[in-house]
Amino acid sequence: MDWLTRTEELSYLGAAALFILGLKKLGSPATARQGNRLAALGMLIAIVVTLLDRQIISYTGILAAIGLGSVIGAIAAYKVEMTAMPQMVGLLNGFGGAASALVSIGEFCRLVAVGEPLSAGTLVTIILGVLIGGVTFTGSLVAFGKLQGLISGTPIIFPMQQAINLGLLVAFWVGGGLVWLDPSQLPIFWGLVAIASSLGVLFVLPIGGADMPVVISLLNSLSGLAASAAGFIVGNSMLIIAGALVGASGLILTQIMCKAMNRSLTNVLFSGFGSATPGNREVTAHATAKSVHTIDPEESAMMLGYAKSVVIVPGYGMAVAQAQHSVKELADQLERLGVDVKYAIHPVAGRMPGHMNVLLAEANVPYPQLKDMEEINPEFEHVDVALVIGANDVVNPAARTNPSSPVYGMPILDVDRARHTIVIKRSLNPGFAGIDNELFYKDKTLMLFGDAKEVLNQLIAEIKHL
Amino acid sequence: MTDPILVGLIIFVLASFIGFEVIHKVPPTLHTPLMSGSNAISGIAVIGALLLAGGGQTTLTVVLGVIATVLATINVVGGFLVTDRMLQMFKR
Repeated sequence: MDWLTRTEELSYLGAAALFILGLKKLGSPATARQGNRLAALGMLIAIVVTLLDRQIISYTGILAAIGLGSVIGAIAAYKVEMTAMPQMVGLLNGFGGAASALVSIGEFCRLVAVGEPLSAGTLVTIILGVLIGGVTFTGSLVAFGKLQGLISGTPIIFPMQQAINLGLLVAFWVGGGLVWLDPSQLPIFWGLVAIASSLGVLFVLPIGGADMPVVISLLNSLSGLAASAAGFIVGNSMLIIAGALVGASGLILTQIMCKAMNRSLTNVLFSGFGSATPGNREVTAHATAKSVHTIDPEESAMMLGYAKSVVIVPGYGMAVAQAQHSVKELADQLERLGVDVKYAIHPVAGRMPGHMNVLLAEANVPYPQLKDMEEINPEFEHVDVALVIGANDVVNPAARTNPSSPVYGMPILDVDRARHTIVIKRSLNPGFAGIDNELFYKDKTLMLFGDAKEVLNQLIAEIKHL
Repeated sequence: MTDPILVGLIIFVLASFIGFEVIHKVPPTLHTPLMSGSNAISGIAVIGALLLAGGGQTTLTVVLGVIATVLATINVVGGFLVTDRMLQMFKR
């Protein structure tokens, strides 16, 4: 090993250490920004060192590619709206997965071109790299389409779905076996690439909008594993380490999200949850016969303004209406009147882990005011008004009381235990789970119908007069 | 112990454990930045892409490598910058 290779290996080790340190610092709000920068520094070191590698004989294409990618990445990062963050992360995930898949494919083509004998181990890692990278790429594109509203957010189910998926998976491994027997059969290899890509599409299509936090976390994990697989193929331990770290982090988030919905990962991925089944529709039709109590902005403003404590419960509806700044302004007005204001955040509120936290941070809400479910639930009994803005299934008391409900057992925010609950909502339409919300029909619950942003602005105007 | 795949597997398993330990207790407030930041790290595939694109073995591998480099760079640069933009908003 000459000095150049040794320097390269040691630099990779340093970069890996910076990734670990960066991820550790990302775990606390005070050090998170520094952590992200450390990880970025690690990446910069890894890239620069690689550019000095002797294997690289031509720089024109590379430098142009890096320049183009940097410009696109930077523009996207500065232009994206905070409400569109789930799509952005989904898309970036997909690009990472695609890059890993392309590295696997390219390495295979290179090995075949130079006529090197392929060991079984190398071939298995190449095939795994194609599979994981391909699924991550197309799966992320479908998730992006769903979040961006290009594809319907409701689960897309068709007959024999699982059988088709299983068939494709079997075909994939049979094809992999054929490639092993005769690696020069390039058409079969391209067939594998096509199968992996279709599997990604088929895997995300049947998953509904509100399950996106799980899907995005899982794709995040997969993008790491794809990078690891690429590391096995090109024999670079740096890639293996970084990929494993991301794989672990994505898996932890996936677990947290599943736990917050009281559902197993298999249930999220394969049940088509939230597609309107006849049973669910029946419940809805039955429930709409019940009556609700409505309230107008003027009265709501009085209730909120003269309360001692108010807890705001944001949901996906707040993100859709881009109402986070109005929420903050309302809270400011209430605090001016001496009201104690807190925010209760359900782990799966929104479309990605921590979605609500980012939006409220954008609106300058200090993060210590944001309370987790475990922290805020015991407090609701002493809260005068719980103000629900665009959240639905995560506040449905049926999760506690009704064993026949699809959301039964899911941990919820106990807003019904507050003295009063005001729900800002467009209509009585059921939420993502396709079930009616018992909360709306309780005596203590007051419905304030309208677009979240408009209603909030009316509330702010009223409260200013108090 | 000289089988590179075996060595890789050892590194992979140990790194996974480190990942679990390090990230285990991230507060919900930081879930999104953690995700976008780790997402940027997964763009490390750019290393493989660079070696492929610069190796110049065949036209096909160079083209694949260049495309992979563009995609991975978007992932890396976009991921780190957007995470920084988000974290800058988190205030006490």
